[in-house]
Amino acid sequence: MSCRWYIATVLACHATAVSVPAQVAVRGATVHTMAGESLSDAVVVIEDGKISRVGPASEIEIPNGFRVLRAEVVTPGLIDAHCTIGLSGYLNQPHDQDQTEESQPVQPELRAIDAYNPRETLVAWARSYGVTTIHSGHAPRALVSGQTAVLKLRGEIVEEAVVKPLAMIATTLGEGARESGKESPGTRAKMAAMLRSELIKAREYVAKRSADEDGKPARDLRLDALGKVIQGDVPLLVTAQRTLDILTALRIRDEFDIPMVLDGAAEAYEVLDRIRDSGVQVILHPTMMRAQGETENLSFETAAKLYDAGIPAAIQGGYESYVPKSRLVLFEAGVAAAHGLGFENALRSITINAARILGVDDRIGSIETGKDGDLALYDGDPFEYASHCLGVVIEGEVVSEETR
Amino acid sequence: MLRFQLAIVLAAVPLVAQDVPQAFVGARVIPISEPAIDNGTVVLHEGKIVSVGNSSDTEVPENAELHDVSGKVVMPGFVDSHSHAGNVEGGDGSGPMHPAVRALDSINVRDARLQKAQAGGITTSNIMSGSGHLLSGQTLYVKHRDAKTIEDLFIYRPDGSLAYGVKMANGTNSRKAPPFPGTRAKSAALVREQFIKAAEYRDKLARADGDAADLPPRDLGLETLVEILDGKRVVHFHTHRHDDILTILRLAEEFGFKAVLQHVSDGWLVADQIAASPHVLGASLILIDSPGGKIEAKDNRFETARILDGAGVLTGFHTDESITDSRLFNRMAALAVRAGMSRERALYGLTMAGARMLEMEDRVGSLEPGKDADLIVLSGDPLSVYTHVLQTWVDGRKVFDRSDPKDRLYAEGGFGASHDQAAILHGIARGEHE
Repeated sequence: MSCRWYIATVLACHATAVSVPAQVAVRGATVHTMAGESLSDAVVVIEDGKISRVGPASEIEIPNGFRVLRAEVVTPGLIDAHCTIGLSGYLNQPHDQDQTEESQPVQPELRAIDAYNPRETLVAWARSYGVTTIHSGHAPRALVSGQTAVLKLRGEIVEEAVVKPLAMIATTLGEGARESGKESPGTRAKMAAMLRSELIKAREYVAKRSADEDGKPARDLRLDALGKVIQGDVPLLVTAQRTLDILTALRIRDEFDIPMVLDGAAEAYEVLDRIRDSGVQVILHPTMMRAQGETENLSFETAAKLYDAGIPAAIQGGYESYVPKSRLVLFEAGVAAAHGLGFENALRSITINAARILGVDDRIGSIETGKDGDLALYDGDPFEYASHCLGVVIEGEVVSEETR
Repeated sequence: MLRFQLAIVLAAVPLVAQDVPQAFVGARVIPISEPAIDNGTVVLHEGKIVSVGNSSDTEVPENAELHDVSGKVVMPGFVDSHSHAGNVEGGDGSGPMHPAVRALDSINVRDARLQKAQAGGITTSNIMSGSGHLLSGQTLYVKHRDAKTIEDLFIYRPDGSLAYGVKMANGTNSRKAPPFPGTRAKSAALVREQFIKAAEYRDKLARADGDAADLPPRDLGLETLVEILDGKRVVHFHTHRHDDILTILRLAEEFGFKAVLQHVSDGWLVADQIAASPHVLGASLILIDSPGGKIEAKDNRFETARILDGAGVLTGFHTDESITDSRLFNRMAALAVRAGMSRERALYGLTMAGARMLEMEDRVGSLEPGKDADLIVLSGDPLSVYTHVLQTWVDGRKVFDRSDPKDRLYAEGGFGASHDQAAILHGIARGEHE
């Protein structure tokens, strides 16, 4: 591997403060910018954490003193559009599982940033394969399980990682939300009724809070959070696998005219027109998710069918309760690529299209001047089983040099 | 009457298909036992492989049905040494050891995961119960024929006996409230007690020397343990942690049983010890996408395959269906290559290694004349993500064809693809069932 990956220049101060971005240039035999055609023998220059130049190696002079990395294939840093990494730890023991709080079915006030552990093993693991940004948070294990956040896989404290502290409110329609015994919601219809009731309460709360001082209700964290959905500032992330649950989600979206992102969507291929016409974005389940229970009808080809229908979905690493504790979005997109989606769209599903759904495409998701210096380096087709990730750069900082 | 006639026709169809030699011509043939042949031909007849060789000098019988597979890859069907397809069950919560319990009494042959195994190119599997017991039951070695009853999956040994092993486990999964063991030491002690009892039972049988008056009462469980002691049954031992692996080596040394180490997450830490044990047939690995999910799998890594193989341990893979997906079994070997295993050894790990762990190396695992006619036709490199299984053949019969929409449903998934009646429903659509 050393022939493809070497250090032309090492800055003398490399070992000092990691928070200071190094000046880095990456030269790739192929650079998939995700902004127009791929470039051959191209250079990406990163200055002060941002991409300052992109273009053919013949046209770009790398400034003196820059560290130069080389690889066969360079992509934008990958984005896992939905996972629970950092809240759910790899050991899967009570002490490292913070993705689900089971005392109540509706808890939109639970913040992801209060539970995200940037030192979790799965953070470094995902990063070593080229993932630089994740949308992580509370799991699809309650009607309203809590908040999600967009985070970079860097830093030792959450403040150094966070891109968007409140990205979405995680809700679930289907088995993940079902409670047992006398607890509610015990049925699908009850789930919908409860969610609608909460949104109506939030709408009233928002109206009263914006009224004059006298009638103002006391601040309520729960309604504050759902109020942001009502006001259109934060999307409702709705995990729905079955067709009927997907349609319930769309019904609620229409009723409240709220921003919504459909998550999971195992049976999306049954209602492609309805999804497209609704305008909701889709973060598709991991391609290799187990076909059991309410995902029994999932297909390797759903991503391809979504794209064919004009729905530029993202693919996710998802949430797993057992081995493997986390799925790697690179591998999941690869299997989708091989089952009808194709290389380009598969790469879009974990870069620029994921960035758009998360509302962070002004900063990440493609290799363009002015964007964050987040890159992944590979020794071949990133989706091939036997290819390797050779290096990862986040905002100009070389965060991984392992061969993975 | 109509039913009776149909039954006769149905019975006749496969025989005819089997009587006509099947010739696969022009593929890159990977026999496993020999170097790959760029333009090769494989001929099957009456359930066996007749010839494997260069297309230029391999005779194709005149009456053979020709399959032009130029541009494709032909190799032996995969051997999955550890699967839970068929919703297989083992012992219950009444105790930690159930040697009398048979997997064959619990397997639902209509479970869609059996069709998915065919779609993944798996032709032989070791179907076993879970790891929540020290000994959860007997496993069942199966051929992935199209099945209506469990007997359709059976494999018989030359002496007429059924082929199967025994599932055991150590570590945390089998540690529970009494009567289950609460610690690792207790786990080992309970296993030793049972094997000692079995040895005494065997001695009584020997002393009776067939005399009914002296024979001890029949004990189904002890009979199975005696078979293990006699080397007639392989123990498939679920294990992850390095010290648990060594405990198995210690028990195998004490009682002389043959073991296949299953999962072996920490195998890379004790590779030399595994290699040195004369009792270990091999290590069957699961490589998981991320470490952990349970404490014992926290150090599971792709490199284990390279390290064990390098140490001289027979190294293969398993799906642990549904922990990983039978349709993507080739992916496991490719991930081993990603971490440094040679391509040749990885392909061996998908085929011959499993065959040897099931002691079926003279029947399956490679393309050699005289072996069972189990092969797969692939669209390309067996270790590429972009490759699809196009056809799967078992005992000379085609059991999966990607160009058939009903088979394709299992390969890709979709509505009904996990339904346990889908196979029979599709059979009706094809006119195969009355």
